[in-house]
Amino acid sequence: MQHTNTQDTLVGLFVAAGIAGLFFLSMQVSNLSSFTEHDSYTITARFENSGGLKVKSPVSAAGVKIGQVTGIRFDPKTYQSVVSLSIDVQYNNLPEDTTASIFTAGLLGEQYVSLEPGGSDDYLKNGGNIEITQSAIILEKAIGQFLFKSAEEKAEGKKK
Amino acid sequence: MIEFLQLLGKSTRASFTKLGRASFFLIQIVSGIASVLPRPRLLLKQMYSVGVLSFLIITISGLFVGMVLGLQGYYTLSDFGAEETLGVMVAASLVRELGPVVSALLFAGRAGSALTAEIGLMKATEQLSGMEMMAVDPIKRIISPRFLAGLLSMPLLAALFSAVGIIGGQLVGSGLLGVDEGAYWSQMQANIDFQDDIINGVLKSLVFGFVTSWIALFEGYDSIPTSEGVSRATTRTVVNSAFSILGLDFILTALMFGDD
Repeated sequence: MQHTNTQDTLVGLFVAAGIAGLFFLSMQVSNLSSFTEHDSYTITARFENSGGLKVKSPVSAAGVKIGQVTGIRFDPKTYQSVVSLSIDVQYNNLPEDTTASIFTAGLLGEQYVSLEPGGSDDYLKNGGNIEITQSAIILEKAIGQFLFKSAEEKAEGKKK
Repeated sequence: MIEFLQLLGKSTRASFTKLGRASFFLIQIVSGIASVLPRPRLLLKQMYSVGVLSFLIITISGLFVGMVLGLQGYYTLSDFGAEETLGVMVAASLVRELGPVVSALLFAGRAGSALTAEIGLMKATEQLSGMEMMAVDPIKRIISPRFLAGLLSMPLLAALFSAVGIIGGQLVGSGLLGVDEGAYWSQMQANIDFQDDIINGVLKSLVFGFVTSWIALFEGYDSIPTSEGVSRATTRTVVNSAFSILGLDFILTALMFGDD
């Protein structure tokens, strides 16, 4: 009987260790702990160009994550990119004249939406729309413009 | 020429009948599971020999695989100045691929071969027919508990492998090579998705556990009851398990991570 009891204990330990491993993977390794399904409300923002923004990209205000991108689609009428942002309901006091910009975290990092609150007394509601937006900076475009500009300056310098 | 065709036809027929026997055997095992559940002691004993005894090899291999990933990943990533993403690389490769696959390969070598040898010897020493004489169904009594134990142990072992590996990668990465520990974990948490990565990894290991236990038990049950036959069956278990694990892994990966 002693023998089977030790076996039971070892099997119990094994199962407990396995479940602890699974728990560790889901809590410590994956985004499950940060992805607690809070109540949220959705607002949309129209960008001229949403660059490399993806669904599930973070939405932050003052550097703090307050929501995520839930949808990106192309509007064939205005030729703009319509981005749906799902914001945590505890941050329901974003002013109506909030500015949305697309920034890149670091030089090669992923892109995120940054919200900068304005000064209006009216708050954005579910289904609301952000009017003032700033598109993603496309690196190739910026480099192209820079090269073009410096070439132009050189040519002008030669003329003088 | 005709001889060759005959040979080809014969081996095709043989492999089809074997597949048929294996499928029929699987149906018997699965229907036998119901009679295992009221007797958890049978299952517990097999969980011990299949799971607990594989525990050590799995955790130690996991630790070393994680440490090697930490080293290799660091050398490659530091070329691009992206050492901070080491955590993502280690965790993604372990949770998605190496965890389920390597632990299944080790499981096939450690537990699968033992299962085949055990069942094969039971058959060779006519213990199985003896049971049938006593009106005890060997499938229900011997095979099904082992199958269930393999199926349940495999996801636990794979999870342990990945968890220990990630800790090993962290030991080497931030302990030895100086990657920031906070960046290691936070980058990992930001990029590993619970549904896409963890759940799919567990599903993979469940499939591998199913296939490996099935192959091991079938090869033992189907072996020629001589010492040579049992030794061949054991070899076949390891080889066939490795093939099916790697082949299935490709298919599962294509299905799970295809549309990203």
